[in-house]
Amino acid sequence: MTPPLLAVTDLKVHFPIRRGFLLDRTVGHVKAVDGVSFEIEEGQTLGLVGESGSGKSTTAYAALQLIRPTAGSVRFLGHELTRLRPEELRRMRREIQIVFQDPYASLNPRMTVGRILAEPLRTHGIGNRRTRRASVARLLELVGLEASYTNRYPHEFSGGQRQRIGIARALALNPKLIVCDEPVSALDVSIQAQILNLLKDLQRDLGLTYLFIAHDLAVVRAMSNTIAVMHEGRIVEQGPAEQVYTQPQTDYTRALLAAVPVADPERMQRRKRERRLLQPALDGR
Amino acid sequence: MALLEVSDLRTHFFTREGVVHAVDGVSLTVEAGGTLGLVGESGCGKSVTALSIMRLLPTPPAEIVSGSIRFDGRDLTQLSERELEDVRGREIGMVFQDPMTALNPTLTIGTQIVEVLQRHLGLDRRAARRRAGELLEEVGIPRAHERLDDYPHRFSGGMRQRVGIAMAIACGPRLLIADEPTTALDVTVQAQVLDLLDDLRQERQMALLLITHNMGVVAESAHDVAVMYAGQIVEQAPAQELFSRPEHPYTEALLAALPDLDDPHARESRLAAIPGRPPDLIDPPAACRFAARCPYAELGDCCALEPPPLRELRPGHWVRSAHPASERHLARL
Repeated sequence: MTPPLLAVTDLKVHFPIRRGFLLDRTVGHVKAVDGVSFEIEEGQTLGLVGESGSGKSTTAYAALQLIRPTAGSVRFLGHELTRLRPEELRRMRREIQIVFQDPYASLNPRMTVGRILAEPLRTHGIGNRRTRRASVARLLELVGLEASYTNRYPHEFSGGQRQRIGIARALALNPKLIVCDEPVSALDVSIQAQILNLLKDLQRDLGLTYLFIAHDLAVVRAMSNTIAVMHEGRIVEQGPAEQVYTQPQTDYTRALLAAVPVADPERMQRRKRERRLLQPALDGR
Repeated sequence: MALLEVSDLRTHFFTREGVVHAVDGVSLTVEAGGTLGLVGESGCGKSVTALSIMRLLPTPPAEIVSGSIRFDGRDLTQLSERELEDVRGREIGMVFQDPMTALNPTLTIGTQIVEVLQRHLGLDRRAARRRAGELLEEVGIPRAHERLDDYPHRFSGGMRQRVGIAMAIACGPRLLIADEPTTALDVTVQAQVLDLLDDLRQERQMALLLITHNMGVVAESAHDVAVMYAGQIVEQAPAQELFSRPEHPYTEALLAALPDLDDPHARESRLAAIPGRPPDLIDPPAACRFAARCPYAELGDCCALEPPPLRELRPGHWVRSAHPASERHLARL
């Protein structure tokens, strides 16, 4: 059996709470991520769900070593990321890219689309000016945008198009793993569907592996093979998507699922009743 | 008679780039004690509709160029600013999306609620303060009376929205307009706030105009639903009917584009995305505004030439389309 592409074991991120005139006394720790373990097989999607503050994004950023984990192991492509030297880590980063939530904030407004997409290649010293221009055209086409957009600036695009540019940038270095951090939360439903379909197509065509973070449980189900439910810095439930959604094992997951509004008044009445029964599972926090 | 009756409302923004037809012929009714869900995507004009009803838009650039807003027999478009001040807060309350910006961060929440009670109901300080505590209790804030002296930042997002609701209902309005009241909240908190709004509506026999982009939220709370697209209402119907027999191609497409929480094949299937995007409201097409994205538009060319009227297909079910679902088999014959 081939090892998983990414294996995170007992990951912890604790932030010190400092007090005192010089903030020199540590009076405790915020355990943002507190012993999280998961694996992702190549070509698959792990959906990481949870409410705000549950530690989903911090988990991803710590796995990528964008935040230094307090403890734990992160194995990716046979390397222990937590022990890599900066230069080795930099090379590894080509293989892991991120798509951010806000397509308005994550693109530099002063750069043309061409420069935004060529930047990762330039930073990693790949190709020359001419080959990079060809790469940019190929990337735009890959995400369903016209190659002629290369001289335009981010503000000339709609939210959906901007998210396509964000995805193209993440693809520039031909990564194996893409962390999608709430990639459609800022988009309208009709545009959201376009972007989710694009991500599905790219995964199928390029064999990508996704760590898909979102708070919308229906969106996560549409994307994921396996699901991990986070609550207060821990994974409270993990398993194949089908199982987590149809036979949730913990009251927290059940309560979370029952709280999702669905576009059907009849089903909604049933869910409301269920929700009232599960309320104690949420009040316990 | 309906409590609120908006007919053919047009609110335009006069900007340097041109006239933005943000609300362009909106008609809707809210029955006393009922909930109307106004649903649509960003930029469709749902918030401008709400702010027009409250007459809260600055003129210029905004101007209500035509239409009427009849609330309990009076036309709000004809009232003076003084008269409006007595309607806002007293007879129509409003809850905003982001309670952190709706509340003044430099005043305790007690002070803010007391201010409303003194202004509209003429209560003295002590009575107003007692009443403010009762209101916080009513919206489910634990240790309500003690928390009057806390500032907004001391409350979580959900609790802050409860404070916003307490303020909005302080003077016993007959209509509450809630503009995306749960969009900034987590799902579990969203469910609690929606339950609270529904409980308050029933207990106080208050009508609710619930504005949201979320079809699920509408299905959960609304008796009637109005779907908005590019400045116009394209479909209005009782909730059960709208979700089980949607007529307008846009409503159908919007429902189909939603990922289904209970679909076991969700991962293997593609979502039904709506191609293209809404038209520019500076120069909207003089035809059906959905025609460019509509999968049925080529069946007849009438909708590309002239705007379809809003017509009543079945009792209480209004549609603005030349190709409603129940008439399509006729077109194919």
